Amino acid sequence: MIKVTIDDIEIEVEPGTSILNAARKAGGEIVPPAMCYYSKLPGTGGKCRTCLVEVAAGSTADPRPMPKLVASCSTLVMDGMIVKNKTSQRVHDNRGGVVEFLLINHPLDCPVCDQAGECHLQDLGYEHGSSKTRYEEERRTFDPIDIGDKIKLHMNRCILCYRCVEVAKQLTEKRVHGVLHRGDHAEISTYIENAIDNDFSGNMIDVCPVGALTDKTFRFKSRVWFLKPMEAERSCTKCSGKAVVWMFGKEIYRVTGRKDQYGEIETIDDKTAWICNECRFEKKDANDWNILGPRTINRHSVISQGKYKTNMTRRIKKLD
Amino acid sequence: MKANNNLSNIDQEPVSFSPETMAKISELIASFPEGKHKSALIRILHLVQTEKGWVSTPSMNKVAEILNIEPIEVYEVATFYTMFHLEPVGKYVFEVCHTGPCMLVGSDNIIDYIKNKLDINVGETTADGYFTLKTAECLGGCGYGPLLQCKYKFHEHLTKERVDELISDYRAGKYDQN
Amino acid sequence: MKNRKLLLENVHIPGIETFDVYRKNGGYRSVEKALKTMTPDEVVEEVKKSGLRGRGGAGFPTGLKWSFLAKPEGVPRYLVCNADESEPGTFKDRYLMEKVPHLLVEGMITSSFALGANTSFIYIRGEFMYILHILEKAIAEAYANGFLGKNILGTGYDLDLKVAPGGGAYICGEETALLESLEGKRGNPRMKPPFPAVKGLWGCPTVVNNVESIAAVVPIVNEGGDAYAQTGLGKSSGTKLISASGNLVRPGVYEIEMGITVEEFIYGDDYCRGIANGKKLKACVPGGSSVPILPHYLVTKTAAGEDRLMTYESLADGGFASGSMLGSGGFIVFDEDQCIVRNTWNFARFYAHESCGQCSPCREGTGWMEKVLNRLEHGQGNMRDIALLEEINKKIEGNTICPLGDAAAWPVAAAIRHFRDEFEWHVNEREISQKRNYGLITQPSVEA
Repeated sequence: MIKVTIDDIEIEVEPGTSILNAARKAGGEIVPPAMCYYSKLPGTGGKCRTCLVEVAAGSTADPRPMPKLVASCSTLVMDGMIVKNKTSQRVHDNRGGVVEFLLINHPLDCPVCDQAGECHLQDLGYEHGSSKTRYEEERRTFDPIDIGDKIKLHMNRCILCYRCVEVAKQLTEKRVHGVLHRGDHAEISTYIENAIDNDFSGNMIDVCPVGALTDKTFRFKSRVWFLKPMEAERSCTKCSGKAVVWMFGKEIYRVTGRKDQYGEIETIDDKTAWICNECRFEKKDANDWNILGPRTINRHSVISQGKYKTNMTRRIKKLD
Repeated sequence: MKANNNLSNIDQEPVSFSPETMAKISELIASFPEGKHKSALIRILHLVQTEKGWVSTPSMNKVAEILNIEPIEVYEVATFYTMFHLEPVGKYVFEVCHTGPCMLVGSDNIIDYIKNKLDINVGETTADGYFTLKTAECLGGCGYGPLLQCKYKFHEHLTKERVDELISDYRAGKYDQN
Repeated sequence: MKNRKLLLENVHIPGIETFDVYRKNGGYRSVEKALKTMTPDEVVEEVKKSGLRGRGGAGFPTGLKWSFLAKPEGVPRYLVCNADESEPGTFKDRYLMEKVPHLLVEGMITSSFALGANTSFIYIRGEFMYILHILEKAIAEAYANGFLGKNILGTGYDLDLKVAPGGGAYICGEETALLESLEGKRGNPRMKPPFPAVKGLWGCPTVVNNVESIAAVVPIVNEGGDAYAQTGLGKSSGTKLISASGNLVRPGVYEIEMGITVEEFIYGDDYCRGIANGKKLKACVPGGSSVPILPHYLVTKTAAGEDRLMTYESLADGGFASGSMLGSGGFIVFDEDQCIVRNTWNFARFYAHESCGQCSPCREGTGWMEKVLNRLEHGQGNMRDIALLEEINKKIEGNTICPLGDAAAWPVAAAIRHFRDEFEWHVNEREISQKRNYGLITQPSVEA
């Protein structure tokens, strides 16, 4: 085991652990945000630059600070490394810069976006963004398109995290979408009109950190914060069948995978519990599922304040 | 800026490449180690463009089939590199460099001159289908500007007179060989 | 000052592009010497001794880079030559490859031997397709004469050399993007570490070197590393190809011995012969579009009043405050009629066009700077924009996956640093600035 100090907290981890995962091991405030890294999808990370941290000392052997901020998701810890995240003004300023970059071409159409309330960019903007934009230019726009009959692509909202491309590469047999063109007109696309159609494509929706990929069977049905997330399961031949069903009264409005506090699909029985398209899109009857009880949602989004059980308890505690 | 690069399903007729192109493609694939044949992709796209004038979706699908990769892998690459024309172009594409060093020696004037002379804007093709005008970022001839490239040939130290000459020479087919 | 030529010495000999003429003029001696009389490590040692620094722009010591190459048993290693020359202002490698293709082929053989590579590649930008054919012809000649292929010169050393083209992407000059492209993918730079020396082409240990660096290995092996280190000046050893462009009487590619003065290079009869059309020098970008621009009063003299020399150290004298970088040797000269705002916008457009779009600061930041500069140049800007540009700059610099972010940020920062008056004039005199250029700036008076 090696020791790393992040924001004055000492953490012991296996060699080969990234700074971000070391921080996640300790949990709490010191965990840098991640918009593109997804621990369940090897090959992701390094792109969004929101997880930048300052390395104040490289290691015990070589305690020199690193001159540039580094992406914590793809930088491995060394024994004796000292990392500053929340305690670094430089990190705060530069992360703010990254958030501004991510927002300049973002449509800020949160009022009509299905991701609102569970959007990582919204959270990040709330924590690091400025209330005013300095961007006076015309925003980059694309028309929303259907990629398959169940998934809507709003390219305007995309931050090019490449997660959905990795889902297609790693979970499906035949990848039909990818990143096309380059620079600030790069886009997620199928190039020709092409339906993404295979059993696990719906997971693209779950890994999307923003509202670029949304569930057409749920579009505009309800705001997520009006729904009750319930842990549910069913026996399925294709997937784990372990999901969260989002209910209003006795009705299931949508089905998603079970996400952890970092928005990642949970590992259940040593496997990432991806769900299949049948469970996600076609099982909307409460009788399809064995409903286990309310899902504990660990959320810090402003929109979710007070709406979920854990937050309610936290609030009550604060009042005491 | 409005971008929507998803093509509709027009122009999906399968294509075939000439025996010469196919022979070169086979040779290229064989030149890379077993299992690394995707390395041939960019040069194959150059060969396809040389034969067809541009790189259409069916051409890309055919390349994917030859390399035994998914079509999206070809689309991703072809759209990344700016030399590939993904829409039909004229018989001759004038790509005029307009980056710094060329601009310092008058590339803007040359571009304007070609626009007027051919009566087209940047990105357009003449009505007779002969010429397409494009601008290019640094082509690597900074000391010899203004310059343009057409079918991999460099034409440097451009003046209005030289542009006139080039247009008539190309029209006359002077550069069609080799 | 003496001016030795080590690379372009024979460039004017008719037929030097053919194997026979090249060989008659001393070509391929380095291959014979290395393969027959030296061990690979001895070749590496000579390159280390020579003090050769990477000629692609970063100036990292080549011998040191070679010594980092991992050598696990049973895993192939690769040498890849970076001939993706795309930095605005730089066209030296093109000249070398076109005129003396065998010099690069020879350098590739000697260097591959030093690194223990049995397959090597020259990755050349797609726009240079005609040079690809020149190189392939030279390579075929080398095969025919026993300098490539199996059992080269009977020494038991095997080497295959291939050329692969790009498709139009500046970013592929970044070594990991180049490797991605060589693997037939989009030119997205890779996250580092791992560095190519450990995991490069197809996951194998790889060295990527610029054309000129590889060519310089030939005189280094022929004359010995020590002799090469005697050429040039101090840590800027050897000769450097400088590609001169812009408003010069005689732009072109020059091989200089490092240490001549900038003054001599711009005005000397052997070099550029001064500013074209009898105009005055306004500014200079000495090392390719990415490096900071210098105003006329800092071009031939440093801030301390010393002669500015054509060396890595002297061009960087004063740091970014009053210096620049030798970079790739793309020497761009601006006369008094040129508009700095327009040029800064032009460069910003270049970087926005060439950003791969993978990481957010570069993808969004380069596009944003281009748009703001476009407005400023066209009389639509305001003072806020100048401050905004400085801000965007700081948020890109150092925060991107690869150096393209820095390359995009530095020219804008330097232009505002030295030519702020001209930017402000574009804001204050919107109409006039659309009709004429600002002209020469005056040197700020030095405070006592």
